[in-house]
Order: sequence, then C-alpha cells, then structure tokens
Amino acid sequence: MRITVRYFASLREALGPGQTLELRETTTVGGLRDQLIASSATHAGALARQRALRVAVKQTLADEAQVIDDHAEVAFFPPVTGG
Amino acid sequence: MQPPRVSIQTEDFDLSVEVAALRRGDAGVGAVATFVGTVRDRSDCGGVSRMELEHYPGMTERSIEAMIDTAHERFDIRAARIIHRVGLLEPQEQIVMVAVTSAHRAQAFEACQYLMDYLKTQAPFWKKEHTPEGARWVDARVCDDEALKLWGIVAGNAAS
Repeated sequence: MRITVRYFASLREALGPGQTLELRETTTVGGLRDQLIASSATHAGALARQRALRVAVKQTLADEAQVIDDHAEVAFFPPVTGG
Repeated sequence: MQPPRVSIQTEDFDLSVEVAALRRGDAGVGAVATFVGTVRDRSDCGGVSRMELEHYPGMTERSIEAMIDTAHERFDIRAARIIHRVGLLEPQEQIVMVAVTSAHRAQAFEACQYLMDYLKTQAPFWKKEHTPEGARWVDARVCDDEALKLWGIVAGNAAS
C-alpha cells in the first residue's frame, strides 16, 4: 500500500515537507512512527518517543493505535500553538 | 449572501466589516461577542521582532469548521466566524478573530471563549518567534489545555 507522510513546523525543518511511502503491510500510526525512526538518525531524533508529537490521519487528529488505510495522508507535527 | 465561517489568510481583516456581515439580515441577533488576538513585541523568553505562522492547509479549515459545529450544538448562538492569519506578522498586527452572534450576551460570550480555547489546542497552527537572538518555535502551553478542560474536553496538546 502507498501512503503520504507530511511534516509541519519544527519537524518539517528537520525532515522536509514529507514523502510518499510504499508499505508492505497494513500498519498503525505507532508502527509507521517506528519504521520512520528506524529509517535514519535524523528521523530517529525528530520523531523520538520522548518528544511530544501529534499525528493526524486523513487530516483528523489520531492516536498511535489508529490503523492507516491505503492512500491515507499521515501528518506528524509538534503540539499546536495557534490563536 | 452569508460570509464563509472560516478564513485562513495572509491579509489583514477589519473587525467592524466582519461583524456587520455576520449579523446582516438577522433581526434575531441581540448580542455580538468578538475576540481579536494580536502580536506582542515580547514573549516569556524576551523580545520578539516578528511572528511567523504556519498551518496545515485543508486540515486547519476542516478542524475549525468542526469546532464551529460543536459550538452551535453547545450554545444557543446564531452565527460564528473565525479568521486566522498566517505568514509573517509584525508586532501589533492582528492574528486571529472570533466573532459570535446570539440573542443574548451570555451565550455569545461563552461561545466566543469556547471557540478560542478550542482553537488554541486543536487547530493545526504553529508560531515561530523571530528575535534579535534568532528564531524559535513557540512551545505549547499546559494552561491552554487546562482552559479547554473547563469545557469538559481533554486536549492533551501540550502534555502528550
């Protein structure tokens, strides 16, 4: 399956705007985060578990247990600071 | 024609024009509550020369539309409108506007505060402060999560 990963704010500065990823099997948000952490030292630093991150799947806030559908857009970003 | 409920834009806005458009043609309106957030020239960490605002196009609009839907469910309000600016802003410039109309003041005041509390912790915007010492991303504040908790909503933005 193919998904789109996007990054915003400090994560975008560290990792770029995002990428298209081919996944061999269905996974969860947490599983995807693990794969990305394993992909490079930069990803490991930016997406480290001790960092407060929020995730959206198909533009809706999600938690790590959420299963990712084929063609979904998954966004990682720091806690929001608008207003 | 009804104005859009949500606008994300780089350009400035005129509060009086927005309020006039929001209540135009609705003689059931007896109260208008508005909030405007502006850029300060200082933060907890020192002086701020410029503020940069990033957002997640698409999700930002959708999440704020959903917030306005919940405000209509929770409060007896007539209409609501939110404008949020993005891009580079100077101190004293306007960042955000929430305007709510209702028959009586209590519901307008409450819905306005609810929308602002919600927006602070749920809408995907990020602030970056440019200072004479360099640029830094603004940290999320636990007190903003606490404000939303008063409405019975657990945010977990700053903490999670």
